[in-house]
Amino acid sequence: MASLRTTSRLFAASRPLFRPATFARSYATVEAGSTDAANAGPEAKLKTFKVYRWNPDTPSEKPTMQSYQLDLNKTGPMMLDALIRIKNEQDPTLTFRRSCREGICGSCAMNIDGVNTLACLCRIPTDTASESRIYPLPHTYVVKDLVPDLTLFYKQYKSIKPYLQRDTPSPDGLENRQSPEDRKKLDGLYECILCACCSTSCPSYWWNSEEYLGPAILLQSYRWLADSRDERTAERKAALDNSMSVYRCHTILNCTRTCPKGLNPGRAIAETKKMLASM
Amino acid sequence: MFSSKVAQQSLRRLAVQQPLPMQASMMRASPAAVALGKGIQSRPVTSSPNTEDPTQILAKQRLNRPVSPHLSIYKPQIGWIGSSLHRISGVALSGPLYLWATAYLFSPALGWHLESASMVAAMGALPVAVKIGLKTILALPFTYHSMNGIRHLTWDLGKGLSNNAIIKSGWTVIGLSVTSAIALALL
Repeated sequence: MASLRTTSRLFAASRPLFRPATFARSYATVEAGSTDAANAGPEAKLKTFKVYRWNPDTPSEKPTMQSYQLDLNKTGPMMLDALIRIKNEQDPTLTFRRSCREGICGSCAMNIDGVNTLACLCRIPTDTASESRIYPLPHTYVVKDLVPDLTLFYKQYKSIKPYLQRDTPSPDGLENRQSPEDRKKLDGLYECILCACCSTSCPSYWWNSEEYLGPAILLQSYRWLADSRDERTAERKAALDNSMSVYRCHTILNCTRTCPKGLNPGRAIAETKKMLASM
Repeated sequence: MFSSKVAQQSLRRLAVQQPLPMQASMMRASPAAVALGKGIQSRPVTSSPNTEDPTQILAKQRLNRPVSPHLSIYKPQIGWIGSSLHRISGVALSGPLYLWATAYLFSPALGWHLESASMVAAMGALPVAVKIGLKTILALPFTYHSMNGIRHLTWDLGKGLSNNAIIKSGWTVIGLSVTSAIALALL
């Protein structure tokens, strides 16, 4: 059986070489009548998903909301399962980022039913009477459909120097140790996966994303301020001590409410402000 | 042995399915060559210098990209709705104060009577419903802004920042400010 499979794979791999260009593989297509709505039986749980669409190939066309219907009985429990099913079975042009499907990579961050979250950690509401609306992360430049441009977000992350800065080597030349109490201060900070859910839920970040660092980056910044091993605390604090970097935070706390990992960027920013006040 | 078998098999199938393309492909590369990877295209290595200013790439892309919807699609939650009410109530408090203070400053020149005595007389002449309505409109921003201000001060101390506490304190402030505003209006 195993050899048979290898044979067929080799065969499949060699096939395009034998074929002239006219027989080249084209884009995936969807057979007509294969949607759940067309095949719905009496026990089908059809739910409508409205998805934000925008195609960079036709930039003059305005973004639209496209409806898809899925039978929840045939779909996995999570929003990402629904999106993958739509892409596989109904519309291969639907574009979104996804990777780990278990909330550790942060790729599938999007706005689902009005709240920023990871599609892979967000259950599909089983209420089929109401439709689910899926948008890209709010107030971001859209690359295509549900894919936002996060270039600035990553640049801002780089700007806070997210790495250990030390001048003195450890006394025994081995690793830089810290006490269990000091290590505990990093709990709730190091788990951040930089999915940008919190930053793009923050109205202050919407209006001032060029200068305000935003909750995700400030949580990361505090992760290094709180680290007992880091020796550039004063320098890090001085970099934040201006009207924009941290003080654009008006404690709206959408960040804490929306974090799909259950972290608290709002608290990290409050602690940063306290550190800056006692400078 | 194995690869030649594969090649034979695939050739046989091709001959059945697509006799003409097979001839064309036979002329280009023998199955043995294909099996050995000799059919892989090779391209001469050339590179052209990128004359475009790299700092302008993102700016140019942004000209074409739409900004995703934000305020209009975000779910109404006590956190950000309460925060926007805090700002609106602040404006509602300071705006009329500045307007009234300026008017008071220029009232002798304009011949307006904005002294306390005439204001009291004007209020006293209004029907009761209008009195209570006006007082509520003035009292509500004041009570909300003051109480939410206390909430902000506790946050600045680093307290009450859990999700649960944020939601609870938000609704508590709304409940307390509305009741105290009505109480002030009924005084």
